[in-house]
Order: sequence, then C-alpha cells, then structure tokens
Amino acid sequence: MISFNKYYNHFNLLSSILIVVSLLLLIFKGLNFGIDFKGGTLIELRASDSKINVSSLRDRFNQMDLGDVSVKKFGNDTDFLVKFENKDNEKNIIEEIKVNLDKSFGNNYDFRRVENVGPKVSAELLKSGVIAISLSLALMLIYIWIRFEWQFSLGAILALFHDVIVTLGVFSLFSLEINLSIIAAVLTIVGYSMNDTVVIFDRVRENLRKYSDIKIFELTNISINETLSRTIITSATTLFALLAIYFFGGEILKGFSLAMILGVVFGTYSSIYIANTVLVRLRVSQKTVIREDEKK
Amino acid sequence: MLYFSKLRILFISLFSFLFILIALSNLFKFDDNFFDKKINLGLDLQGGSYLLLEIDNEPVIEQKLQNLTTTIRNYFKEKNIKINNIKIENQNIFFNVTENDKQSILDVFQDENSDLNPYYPRFKSHQLEIEDTGLNFKINFSRQGLIRLKTSSQDQAIEIVRRRVDEVGTNEPNILKRGNNRILVELPGLDDPMRIKSLLGKTANLTFRFVTNDENDRFGVEKLKFENGLEEATVSKRIIISGENLLDAQPKMDTQANQTIVSFTLDRVGAKRFGKATSTGIGKQLAIVLDGKIISAPVVRDTIASGSGQISGGFTFQTATDLALLLRSGALPAPLEIIEERTVGPDLGQDSINAGMIALAIGFMLVIIFMFIKYKIFGLITNVTLIVNLFILLGVLTLFEATLTLPGIAGIILTVGMAVDANVLIFERIKEELKDETNNILAFDGGYTKSRTAILDANITTLLAAIILFFMGSGPVKGFAVTLGVGIFTTLFSVYFIARLFTSIYVSRNKDKEKLI
Repeated sequence: MISFNKYYNHFNLLSSILIVVSLLLLIFKGLNFGIDFKGGTLIELRASDSKINVSSLRDRFNQMDLGDVSVKKFGNDTDFLVKFENKDNEKNIIEEIKVNLDKSFGNNYDFRRVENVGPKVSAELLKSGVIAISLSLALMLIYIWIRFEWQFSLGAILALFHDVIVTLGVFSLFSLEINLSIIAAVLTIVGYSMNDTVVIFDRVRENLRKYSDIKIFELTNISINETLSRTIITSATTLFALLAIYFFGGEILKGFSLAMILGVVFGTYSSIYIANTVLVRLRVSQKTVIREDEKK
Repeated sequence: MLYFSKLRILFISLFSFLFILIALSNLFKFDDNFFDKKINLGLDLQGGSYLLLEIDNEPVIEQKLQNLTTTIRNYFKEKNIKINNIKIENQNIFFNVTENDKQSILDVFQDENSDLNPYYPRFKSHQLEIEDTGLNFKINFSRQGLIRLKTSSQDQAIEIVRRRVDEVGTNEPNILKRGNNRILVELPGLDDPMRIKSLLGKTANLTFRFVTNDENDRFGVEKLKFENGLEEATVSKRIIISGENLLDAQPKMDTQANQTIVSFTLDRVGAKRFGKATSTGIGKQLAIVLDGKIISAPVVRDTIASGSGQISGGFTFQTATDLALLLRSGALPAPLEIIEERTVGPDLGQDSINAGMIALAIGFMLVIIFMFIKYKIFGLITNVTLIVNLFILLGVLTLFEATLTLPGIAGIILTVGMAVDANVLIFERIKEELKDETNNILAFDGGYTKSRTAILDANITTLLAAIILFFMGSGPVKGFAVTLGVGIFTTLFSVYFIARLFTSIYVSRNKDKEKLI
C-alpha cells in the first residue's frame, strides 16, 4: 500500500501555489485567444516553392496593410499559418491577398484553409464558450450534490476548478492558442476529472460504512489504494488515445489533444490529492454518511 | 449476473451483427434499396465552405417607416384629421395634432381591428407602438412588429439565397435559418467560394430611371456614381421598371458591337411601362442602376414595345453571366453581410481523414496491447468488446446519418481510450472479491454488482459534458459531442452485454480454476 496520505499537506501546498500562479497568469498575462474568440482572418497556406518561407511571407503580408499579421510554420516546412485581425472586415480581402501573392510567388502556393470570423460572431462564440464551461461546472455540482454528501461535493468541485484553472494556466504560460476546440477539451476534462473523483469517492463512502474505527485520514488512503490500479489503467489507456491524436492526428488537433492530456494528468492528480484532502480537512466520518442515509 | 438465456444471446448477437453490417455499409456498396444511409463527412473532412450571413434590416425598417408616413398622412387626410410636422428620427415617426383630434388618433392606433396598425392576438401586441406627450406622438415598431418584419425579410432572403446558390450548381448545399436575422450556408466540396461570396454579397436591386438635369423633378433626384467610380450623373428617383418586372435575363454575345451583354425579358406590366417610357423619352438617357451604381445610361433611340431589351456595360462573359444570374434570382430584401466564413480545401480534408485514421489505428493498437498484457484472457475479451463497440458506434452514427468531423474522429479515439474504464472497474472489483471469496462465480457476480454505481456515475458525468457541448458547440465541435455521447451508450451496451456474455462463458467453464484473473 502506498502512503499517499503522507504527502497530503505537501501536495495541497503545491496545488495552492499552482492555482495562485495560474490565476495570476490568467489575470496579468491573459489567454492567447484565436480568431474564434478575437475575430479576424486565418489562412493556412501550402507552398510548393522553397522561396516561400516565413520571412518572405511576412514581408508580403506586411505590405498589404492588414494590421498585425502573424506568420508561423504549421506542422512541416511547406505549410504556413497566417493570421491577422482584419478589423474592417473587408469583403474581398482574400481575393486581394491572392492577387498580391500571385505577383511575388506565381501560383506556387495554395490556400488549404481560410477562416474569417467577424467581431460580432467572435463575441458570441466567447460568450457561449464561457456559458458552456460554467453550465457544465454547475451541472456537475448539482449531480454530485444529489449523489453525495456536501463534503464530497465540495471536494469534487474544488478538484474540478483546480484542473480547469491549472490547464488554462499552462495555456497562458506558453501562450498556446485558445479556440473552439479547446472549449470542447475543457468540457471533456471536466467530465473526466469528475469521473475519476467519483470512482474514488464511491469507494470512500463504501469504506466509511464498512469501518467505523478507521479515521478518514487512513480511510482515504485505503480507498485510493484500492482503486489505484483502475485509476492508473484508465488514465493510461486514455492517455494512449490522446497521445495518438497528439502525434498522429494532424496539426489541427494538436492544441485540443494537448489540453486533454494536461487535463487527464491534472484530473488524476487532483482526484487523489485535492478531492480526498478536502474530506480529511472537513473531518468526514462514518456519521456523515450514516446521517445522510437515515435522511433518505 | 452471469446467466444468459439463449434468447438473450441470440438478441445480442443479432444486434451486434446488424450494427457491424451497418457500419461496414460505409465501406462497401450494398443494394441502395436495402440500406442507403451513410455517415456524412463534415465540411472540415470533405472540404467546402461554411458561410454565416447576417441580414442588415436597417434599410428595410427605414423603408417601411418611410412608407408608413405616407400611409398615415393619407389615412388621416381622408378622415379630415390634420397631421403636422411628420418626420422620421432614429427609427421613430414623430408628428403632432390639434387637441380635438388627439383621441381619434389614439383610437385608430389602439383599435384591435385597425388596418393601419395590425393586431397580433396570439402575442397580444400591435405592430406599432404609440406614445404621446401632450399633442406630440411618437410611433415605432413594437417588439413583436420588429420580429415579424425580421422573419419576413429572412424568409424572403433565404429564398433568394437558395436560388442563387442553386444557379451556381454546387452539390447538395445546406441552407438554414439561424435566429431571425441570419442564414447559414454550407457548401460541401466547394474549393473556391469567391464567386458565391460575391454573388451573395450583392443585393441586386435593379432599377431603370431617367437621367435628368432638372433639380426640381417631382419625384426628387439623386446623384449616383457609375460602376467605374469615376463619372457621376443626376438621376430621377422615379422608377420606370425594377428587377421585379423581369421574367428572364441571359448573358449574350452582341456580334455587331462585339461585346457581352445581358438581354432581358419583361413581364406584361413592365413591358407596358417600358414601352410608354421609351416612347415619351426618346433622346433622353435611361440609367440602369444596380445597387445604387449606374451600370450604363444609354440614350433612348426608339420606342421599345416588345418587352425585351439588353444591358451593356463593358461586361466580361463572367460578369455578364453573374449579373444575369442575380437578375433572374431576384433582389434581396436587405443587404447581407458574411459575418463568419470557414473554408477547407479538399486536400486538407483528405489529409485530416488520413491523420485521424492513423491516430485511431495507433491509439487502438496501444490500448489493445496494453489491455492484453495487463489482463491476458480478460484483456482479450475487453479487446474483442472494444472492436465490436467501435463498429456499433459507427453503425449508430450511420443509422442517424450523423456528421463526422475531425474533432468527431478525436471523440471516437477518446471513446476507445475511455471505454475500457468500465471493464477495468469490473475486473479490478472481481480481483478484490476473489481475495475473500473462493467461489469464482460468486466473485464475478459480486464484481459486476458492486462496480455498477461507480460505472454509472463515471459515465453520467461524461455524458453531461457531452450534452452541454452538443447544445452549446458549433460545427466541428458538435461532431465531437455526438461521437463522445453516442460512444458512452455503445460502451455501456458492449460492456454489459457483450463483454459480460464472454466473461460468463469463460467463468462458467473455469469454475474451479485458481488465479482466474
């Protein structure tokens, strides 16, 4: 049996630091919103001529007076991602760009993807993204509140917040782009983290009913250990799937799968070191569950 | 928990087999009459354009209010009520009346049978709202009136959009209403949406009006620019004929002048009006105005009574074709703006499919190998279940003709990773049971029963997240929510029916074996 409970305090401290740092990052550095949420235009371009590279593309685009243009390599050496704000939301901007690029590069390039999101739509997408995440947290809260005693709910929700905030913190730290698929990833993380916590909590509650003489500090440790191989196996297979998406699923899914990989790691960690320590700190005992059972 | 009746086994086998067959129908061509459903590929996988258009209703509202002032003036004139200082400001009509007439004005506007201000009994609301401060009145559209106006212009616009898209002839376009002022256009397989975009961006409001030098024209005049943006002309506001009078328009080659033209045919009313105008206006310039710009302003040389004519204006064959198309499909009630566009080229779509399939294969292999090493015979059972699960998932998606997107493929891969969870929960529980239970069958029974709540909890939480994503997400993300959500149900089915069937067969044959798992 591994003594997870020996490190409860250490990891609580670590988690608190992680959360504070993430919050500071989110407040002061902010998130790198993609065009879905900021509005603007994105062009994925594939070149068939080695003359076309980041700097020549940047030169060309900067001459077109599009505002802030970012040009990056996308996956391999021939693919590039160009983004700009396109504030006036001009109708035929893409056509103009093509004409302009033709002049310098002939037709040795190809637009593989064009996305253009107007300011109104991006504001709406951001709003619905925030609503979706808040709604999912609220629904989880209601679900867990129906299924468990309030001490458990608090533990699960704290773990959930931890996972979401720290994942977003990592995205802020490395300026990784937040787009629509990241919202999907965050929601899945919420589901996964909850799933992981609930399985351990189920066991804690079962053990609480079974043993009256074991303190919650020990009891959580027993429950974590009993469910440990399941936690590891499920996390492992999920990570296998996600790593396969990350490395082989193409550039478009990179950010999405990275967010989920982070989420699964944090989710597994938080089920053990946040959700359970809340139970310990709230001095949950056999009475907590028995009282609730009687009510029902 | 371990007992399966023959009937149940038959049912499970048939069910699984059916869905495997449905899933396979995506790969092999079956007889279409027997089964012709297929998984749709999203625009991000097959390539194509997604355009979200917003209708700018401001001009429509302005126009309606403009018409309304005339109607109000005439309506009360007939009743000998004098309306003073009528004007439009910020989408409100203002006017004032004398003390004697105040009540009769209010009566007219608040009458539920009023033909000036229609009443919608279902919403308990008039079309217009009237407010009075002393003898000054303010009239504007009520909330319900505005909604009516917007939905009606949306209805008209979607019809025109549909016609224009159909004329261009892309395969299976998807044109849908969004809210009450937006239209969603999905054009699969369209590599270059430039032409459609420029066609949808035009209102195509065509009028024929005389060029005049008389500033005091009875109908008012306006200065309009030519298409080339250089010259200008003063044009009467009196409309001789408009786009509504057109029956047909076609691009043609004028061999005499060696230029491309658009020839048009007018309806009866239009032909009559055109004939009259051209007979009285010989020698005058007739401006052909499209969306506030003059295409050309030829001099009338002869009376045109045939009801057909032609527009020239330095067209290329392409621009003439597009203009004819726009004229045939009719004018939009209001300008449209493309507020969101997402276009994926077909080769990127194919690359995404390939990458997704490779990721699925690799993810699948990793999970299968891991499960086999970890659980041996039970790993094998899990793996077989996993494969069947994958087919059932694809079968369900096919049955509902769901749209598969790139995030949707990611959802399938993720389902593979998470699907083993339920089996793992059961197997781990069985292991625990076997510690104090010597009877294999009882231990297995206990494993299934005692893990049930945890499995249910775990799946409901993921399902909740998927449901929210489905309702809040858009396009590709919705595809992820669908595969993730459907995956939960197929997983539960395959774990509780297929995997359990295999386990029960294996366990009952090895009742007395030690170290079973």
